[in-house]
Parts: sequence; C-alpha cells; structure tokens
Amino acid sequence: MDVISNLAMGFSVALSPYTLMLAVIGCFIGTIIGALPGLGPSNGVAILIPITFSLGLDATSSLVLMTAVYYGAMYGGRISSILLNIPGDEPALMTTLDGYPMAKAGRAGDALVLSGFASFYGAMFATLGLMFLAPLLARVAYVFGPAEYFALYMLAFTTLGGMASNNQAKSALAACLGLGIAMIGVDNSSGLPRLTGGNLHLFDGVDFLVAIVGLFAVAEVFFFIESHGKSSSIGVKLDKVNIPWGDIFATRWTLFRSSVVGFIAGILPGAGASLGSFMSYMTEKSIAGKDGGFGTGVPKGIAAPEAGNNAAAGGALIPMLTLGVPGSGTTAVLLALLMTLNITPGPTLFTERPELVWGLIASLLIANVVLLLMNVPLVKIFVKVLMVPAWVLLPGVTMISFVGIYSLSGSYFDLLLMVGFGVLGYVLRKLDIPTVPVILGILLGGHMEDALRRAMVISDGDYMYLLSSPIAIGLWIAAIAGFIAPMFLRKFLKKPQRITD
Amino acid sequence: MASDRIFGLVMAVVALAYIASATQIQTSFLTDPVGPKTFPIIIGSVCALSAIFMVFKPDPEPDWPVFRTFGALFFAVIVLVAYAYALKPLGFLLPTALAAGVLSYQISPKAKTAVLSGIGLSVGLFLLFKYALDLGLVPFPKSWMV
Repeated sequence: MDVISNLAMGFSVALSPYTLMLAVIGCFIGTIIGALPGLGPSNGVAILIPITFSLGLDATSSLVLMTAVYYGAMYGGRISSILLNIPGDEPALMTTLDGYPMAKAGRAGDALVLSGFASFYGAMFATLGLMFLAPLLARVAYVFGPAEYFALYMLAFTTLGGMASNNQAKSALAACLGLGIAMIGVDNSSGLPRLTGGNLHLFDGVDFLVAIVGLFAVAEVFFFIESHGKSSSIGVKLDKVNIPWGDIFATRWTLFRSSVVGFIAGILPGAGASLGSFMSYMTEKSIAGKDGGFGTGVPKGIAAPEAGNNAAAGGALIPMLTLGVPGSGTTAVLLALLMTLNITPGPTLFTERPELVWGLIASLLIANVVLLLMNVPLVKIFVKVLMVPAWVLLPGVTMISFVGIYSLSGSYFDLLLMVGFGVLGYVLRKLDIPTVPVILGILLGGHMEDALRRAMVISDGDYMYLLSSPIAIGLWIAAIAGFIAPMFLRKFLKKPQRITD
Repeated sequence: MASDRIFGLVMAVVALAYIASATQIQTSFLTDPVGPKTFPIIIGSVCALSAIFMVFKPDPEPDWPVFRTFGALFFAVIVLVAYAYALKPLGFLLPTALAAGVLSYQISPKAKTAVLSGIGLSVGLFLLFKYALDLGLVPFPKSWMV
C-alpha cells in the first residue's frame, strides 16, 4: 500500500492553501494559453518559465504551477478547434475534424462539454497510470548505467525524429543542431572552453531557456507577420451550454480505448500528445467503419482525440520524471524547468524528493477536477478569450518573452541570441525541419556526452561496452527501428489535412 | 527543391567548420579516453551527412512569402534587435511601446490600433511585472530619475 501512503503525503503537500491556489491559477492560465491560437502548451509554458523563476518560487510550487498550466493548455486547445476551426495547439488539430462540423450544426455547446469531459477522462486515466507506473519504471531505471543512458538518449532522438517529422534526414539534422549548440561553453570534465569562438558571452554556454523561448515564442510572431493575422476567422456562435448525458454515455468505450491508446503513445519517447490524439482518432475511425460518419461531426470523433490527447499528455510525464528523457516538445520544456530549478529527474527523484513527486501527482489530480469545473460550466469565459486579436496578443507574447529572458540574466546578449533563435525557428519550420529535436539536443547534449565519456572511462575506451547489457542492446534496437520503421509506415500514417469550409 | 538544397549546403559548410573548430579544442592533461573533441566531431559528421542528404534528396519547395513580406520580416527582426539593445539604457516603457506598436502594425496595418496596443501593452505589462510579479524593471532611462 505504498501508493496510498505516498499519495496521502502528496495530498498533504497539494492541499496546502498556497499550492492549491497555484494549481488553480495554473489551470486558468493554461486553459487560456491553450485556447489562444498562436500560443500552445510548449511556447506558453516556455515564456512562463523565466518569469516563475524570477518570482523565486520553490521547486514544488513552480512544478505544480507549470504542470497545471500544461494540463490546462491541453484542455484549452479544443475550444478554438471547435468554435473557430483553428487548432489552439497542435494536438487539438484532430478535434477540428469533428468538433467544427458539430458546432456548425448548432451543437457548439454540446461539443465543448463533451470534449471537456473527454479531456477529463483521458487526463484522469493518465494521471492514475502515472501514479502506478512511474514508481515501477523508476525502479527499473536504477539499473541504468552510462551505457544504457547513452542508448536511451539515442532512442529519444531517433524516435522523436521518426514519429514527429516527415523526413529522417531533417530530423537528424535538427537533433545535431541542438547537440552541437549544447557543446558550446566550458567542457565539464576538462574545464576548458570549447567552440566559443573566443566570445566571452558564450563561455557559460547557450542557455536552453533562451533557445526555447526564441524557437517557440518569437518564431510564432514572424509567422503572424507573414500571414497578417488572417487566419483569425469568425467562428461559430455559442448559445446555451447543456450537458449532453446521452453523448457521454454513448462514447464510454471510445473514451476508454482512446485513453489507453493515448497513454501508450505518451509514454513512448518522442511521440507525445499530437501522436496520441492522432492514433486514438484513427483507431476509433477504423472501429466505427464507413458508417461511423467520422468527419461529419459525430460525438465519438470529438471524444476520441481529446481523450487521447490528454492521456498522452499525462503519459509523457512518465519518461520525463523517471528517466529524464522527455516524450514530447512540451515535456522537453518541463524538463528545462526542472533543470532550471536544479532538480535532476531520474529514479533518484522518487526516493530523494518523494514530497515533490507525490505532491505533483496529487496536484495533477486536483488540477484535473478544477479543470473539469472550469471547462464545463465556465467555458463561456474562455470563449471570450478567443476575441483577443492577434495584433495585441503576439506583440504581448514577444514583450513577455523579452522581459522573462532579460530578468534571468540581465544581458542584452541573451536577448539577441533569442531573436536569432526566433529567426532560426522561422526558417526551420518553413523548411519542414522539426524544432523539437533542436530543443531536446540543447537540453540533453551535455548529459549524452557525459554518459558516453563515463561509459568509456569505465570500459577504458572499449566502445563495445555501449552494447554490454541486454537493456542497452534492446534500447539500441528500438532506436534503430524507431528511426527506420517510419520510412515504411509513412504511407499509412499520413496526417490528414485540416478541413476547410 | 532549391530551398532545401541551399539550406543543406549551408548546413554542410557549417558542420564542416564546426568539425574543424572541434579539432582545435584544447585538451587538458587530465583527460578521459574520449576527451572533449570526439563527441562534437561525431555530431558534426552526422550533421554534415544529413545536410548532404538534404542537398541530394530535397523535399518540395515550401510556399515562401512574397518579397515584400520578407522586407516586413526583416524589419521586424531589426526592431527586435534594436529593442534588445535599448531595453537597458532606455528603461522599459518607451522601447516596449515602440516595439509592440511596430509589431502590432505589422500584423494588422491599422495605425490607431497599433498605437493603442503599443501604449497599452507597455503600461499594462509594466504594471503587471513591477507590481503583481515584483520583477525589478526600470521604467525610464536612469538619467531621468533623480
């Protein structure tokens, strides 16, 4: 009954008025971030990290706040998908397929409530899964040595590239770009500067927060300047909000199946919430068959991607917390938060900082209930948020990014670097090169090299040591398969395009 | 087609330069079997390989914006760079109002809304950061405050 006593301790942390307040604030901000097109979970969380950091919150509080934002953003993404046919964030893309047709048919309120409940179901499922699975995985992770970690990092990079991008070469390039940037600065073992070009500002290396905010938030502004904010269209009006009990009951198995599919997709390194919602939508679509009417606004088509999306969001926290290897772009950003707070994720986190882990899990359970309450009866407030025009929102986001980064270091050089990353992000996204591997590379580059070097110290330079244990061999095989398999599967896994009027 | 090829070529050159500078990394006498050079060289090599792959097997051309939009984007970058330099000497309010106003105008070219959102964001964010979140921001140039 370890879980129950741990959970009791977690709730004692989470139910302190201050932590509870942070969770509620996080849920509220998160839902807004998710709902606003142009602000998704990753860039929303990214611009908030420097600010939470300069607020001086302690580790548990900041983690509770940011994961509440993360969960909230996953809920909020559906609102603009349904009402405007614009996904509020990437995972909500699949919700537009049935959500918008249903809203156009005059059932906007039903669609919002049903998707809100589906989000709750998926997130609850995943949080419970996290509770039971994470400690088990943490126990397995204890036997991981440097060789296993090196293989695990390889796996994260190859699967991330394989699943999330359309071109292996481009994702490998992106990963190398990130890893290469991570090498800049003073070398950990020898204490000598590397690849700085003699620039004193670079001796400390490139701060990953600067890169994240630049790639995710500043790049977004350039896209809006390019499109002149034209994508903001007038959507469907929302009148009365009732609870569609019938639809919820009719989709009960869909909810369960989608949560399972999404949860598994979330745990896999590199898959994340977008793949979770995609896989669960596709599963339900093939179960329903041609007569299922998917794409015309059926309840199952709304429930499946939302449950899958939120289950994957919770599942993605498992590899991040137990192994320190994030499963998606947003969890990569959360990992950046942990690293900023000087917390090393991994198996030791569960034994050394149990109050943090279980406080977080308890907060997630609470946040979920709060989010259900916010997103069903109070959904109208968030619908109002959609009225914020792009010409206020995007300059605002940029200015917040600048202040956040500036308050961290007070150096104009970091701001310039951030603008540079913004330009890089624009070019990369234009060329269909994924930016998440870049972030992951910057975050994990140092650890990956350390793992390699420590492994070589242990084996005295014998490279076969990297394949010395069954776990390492398994991870290498999975890594290679994860890189190659999508080349053949791409035909079947083609992402459907957004429907237009 | 062409974009991928050009970008691939640029990245290949960057990767080679990266490898070249990695070979120049100083090694200390206290070194491990791998040393500080190996990992950067491996990364550079994989990067060069993928870049060359992009040159020979490019994806279809993305739809680039028209030339004028490029001008606008370039201008936005200049504004942001200037903002980065101005933030410390000129304080928060003035540069923020200008930069936010320009960006707002670039997203939606209406002078009135741009001015309003510039001033509104500058003052609003200042109040938020200074008083609600307690960040140490300087509102005006230091020389104005006695």
